[in-house]
Amino acid sequence: MQRNTSIAIIAAIVVVIGIISYFVYQPLLNNINLGLDLRGGLRVVLEAEELEGEKVTQDTIEKALGILRTRVDALGVKETVLYPQGDKRVVIEIAGEDDPEAAVNILKNTAQLQFMDEEGNVVLTGKNLVDAQAQMKRDGSNEAEIALEFDKEGTELFAKATSENVGKPIIIVLDGQPISAPTVREPITNGQAVITGNFTAKEAQDLAVLLRSGALPVSLKVMEKRSIGPTLGADSLDKSLKAGLVGLIAILVFMIGYYRLPGLIADLSLVIYTMLVLGTMAILDAVLTLPGIAGFALSIGMAVDANVIIYERIKEELRWGKTLVAAIEAGFKRAFTAIFDANITTLITAAVLMYFGTGPIKGFAVTLSIGIVASLLVALTFTRYMLVLFANITKNEKAYGI
Amino acid sequence: MQIIKRRKWFYALSLIIIIPGLISLFLQGLNLGIDFTGGSITHIKLPSQVTTAEVREVLEKQGLEKAEVQKSGDEFYLRTSELTQEETDELMAALKEEFSEVVFMSAESVGATIGGELTRNAILAISIAAVLMLIYISFRFEWTFGIASIVSILHNVLVVLGAFSLFQWEVNSAFIAAILTVIGYSINDTIVIFDRVRENMRGTRKQDYEDLVNRSVAQTLTRSVNTVLTSIFPLVALLILGGSTIKLFVLAMLIGFVVGCYSSICIASSTWYEIKTSRAAA
Repeated sequence: MQRNTSIAIIAAIVVVIGIISYFVYQPLLNNINLGLDLRGGLRVVLEAEELEGEKVTQDTIEKALGILRTRVDALGVKETVLYPQGDKRVVIEIAGEDDPEAAVNILKNTAQLQFMDEEGNVVLTGKNLVDAQAQMKRDGSNEAEIALEFDKEGTELFAKATSENVGKPIIIVLDGQPISAPTVREPITNGQAVITGNFTAKEAQDLAVLLRSGALPVSLKVMEKRSIGPTLGADSLDKSLKAGLVGLIAILVFMIGYYRLPGLIADLSLVIYTMLVLGTMAILDAVLTLPGIAGFALSIGMAVDANVIIYERIKEELRWGKTLVAAIEAGFKRAFTAIFDANITTLITAAVLMYFGTGPIKGFAVTLSIGIVASLLVALTFTRYMLVLFANITKNEKAYGI
Repeated sequence: MQIIKRRKWFYALSLIIIIPGLISLFLQGLNLGIDFTGGSITHIKLPSQVTTAEVREVLEKQGLEKAEVQKSGDEFYLRTSELTQEETDELMAALKEEFSEVVFMSAESVGATIGGELTRNAILAISIAAVLMLIYISFRFEWTFGIASIVSILHNVLVVLGAFSLFQWEVNSAFIAAILTVIGYSINDTIVIFDRVRENMRGTRKQDYEDLVNRSVAQTLTRSVNTVLTSIFPLVALLILGGSTIKLFVLAMLIGFVVGCYSSICIASSTWYEIKTSRAAA
C-alpha cells in the first residue's frame, strides 16, 4: 500500500471514530437499562408456600407469574419486572414507583375468595367469577363495594347456597380472613353478588383487580427484600461513572506513554471497544448494575491486556531482527494462543457466575462476558489492521518504544 | 530472572502472608453480612454531628437492642434482626422525629434460609469454576499446568479471605463475585506465562527446566506487570472515588489482582517446576 493512502485511511478512521463516539455515546448510555442499585427501587424475592391441594411446581410458579403480570398491568404499577428464580421463587423488581412497598403488598396477595355457610362449608370460590368491579355504595356514604358476577356453574351454586340459607349469613372470606357476612334475605339466582366491607375507593379497586385476575395458586412469603433509595442510586451511578472515567484516562495515558504509537492504536481500540460493549448491552437489553460497572472497568483492563501481550510480542520479534511488518505478523500469530486461552478461562468463571449469581452479580457476569468477547474481536481485527496501516507510514522502531 | 533458585524465599513469603490469615479464619472467622446470616440493614444519611450512641438510643426505644450501628461520615448503617416493612417504617419515623433530617439510602432484609443457600452456592460455584478450569487447562496444555494453576488460585483466594478475616471487613454476596473474578484474573495471568513455557518447551530436556521456567517468566514479565497496572487503575479509581457501597467489593479484587500477579510469576511457575522435576526424578 502507498504511504499516502495509509495516512488517508488512518485519518479517515480516526475522524469517523471521533464523530461516531461523539454522537453515539449519550444515546447509547440512555438506552442501557440501569439496575435497581443505580436508579433506586425495590427488589423482593418471594417464596411460594403450598396451599391446600396445590403442590408447588414449576407449573404453579408459571401460573402465579402469569397472574402477577396481569395484576401489574391492571394496577398500573410502572416499570416492574417479574421473573422466576429456582423452582419455587418469584422475584419482583419495581423501579421508579413512589411507594413500591405498597405495590408489592397488594401484588403478593393470594386473593383466594371463598363463600362459606354458617357451618364453615365452602359453597363457592373465586374460581367461578367472571367479573369483579368496584363501585360506590348507593347509600351516599364514602364507602365502596365490589360487584361480583359468577359464571354459569357459579350462578347455580350461589342460587343453591342462598336458597338453603335464607335468614342465615353467608360469610365471604378473603385469604382466610372473613371480610363480610351478609344475611341472605331471599335466594339469588341472577349470578350476582356484592361484597361490602369498609373499603375506600382505592382498596375496592385494587381488590377488584385481584379478584378479576384470579387467585394465586400458592401463597407468597417475602424471603429477601432490598430497597435502594433514589439518593443512593444516583450517587452510586455518578461516583462510579466518574471513577470509571478517571481509570480509563489513566489507562489511555499509560498506554501512550509506554507503548507510543501502538499505545495510541490501543487507545483507539479501547474507544471502539467501549462503544461495542455499551451497544451490545443496549441491544441485548442487559442490565447495568453497580458491580456491572466494576465488571466493565475490569474488562477494559483485560482488553488492554490483549494489546499489551501483542505489543510485547512484536517488540520481541523486532529485537530478534525481524522487519516491522514481519514482526507484526509473527507477534499476532504467537500472541494469539496466549490471549485465547487466557480469555477462555476467564469466560469460564464469568459463565459460572452467570449461572449461580442473582441480581447485581449476574449483571457483573454479563458485563464481564460481553467485555471479554468484544475485546477479543477488537484486538484481532481493528488493532491488527491499524498496526499494519501504521507500519506503512513509519518504519521507525523508536515509535514502537524500542 | 532467577525465579526457581529463589523459590524457597517465595514460599516463605507466601506462608508469612497466608498463615496469620488462616489463624484468624480459624479463630474469628469472617465478618459475614446479612446476605449470609439473614437480618436487615438500614442505610441512612443523618446530620454529621449525630453520634452512633444517639442513633443506638432510638433503636433501643424501638426494641432493637441488639442492633449494630456503623458510621461512615454522615452515613449510618443500622444492622438489626430481620425487619418487616412496618418495622422499617416505624424505625424511619422514629429517626425522623429524633433527627429531623433523615435521608433514606437503602434497606435490605434477608431471610435466614437465603443466607444458607448463598453459602452453599458460593462453595459450589467456586468448586465448579476450579474443576472446569482444570479440565480446560489439562486439555489445552498438560495436567501439570492445571495443578500448578489451581495451587496458585488457592494461594490467592487464601490471601484475600485471610485479609478479610484479619481486618474483619464485611463479606456479602458481592464478595463471592469478587473472589471468582480474582480466580478468573489470576488464571489469566498464569496462562500467559504457561503459554510461553509451553512454547519454549519444545525440544527442552528435563534437566533444563529451571532455565526454561526462568526464561519464560522473564520473557513475559513486562506483560505481567503492565497488565496488572492497567487493571488496577480503574480499581484504584473506584476505591477512591466510588461510593461506600462498592468499596469492599473493589478492595477484594484489588488485593486479589496484586497477589495474583505475584503468585503467577513466583508461585505458579515454581509449583509447576516442582511437579515436573519430581516426576522426572521418580
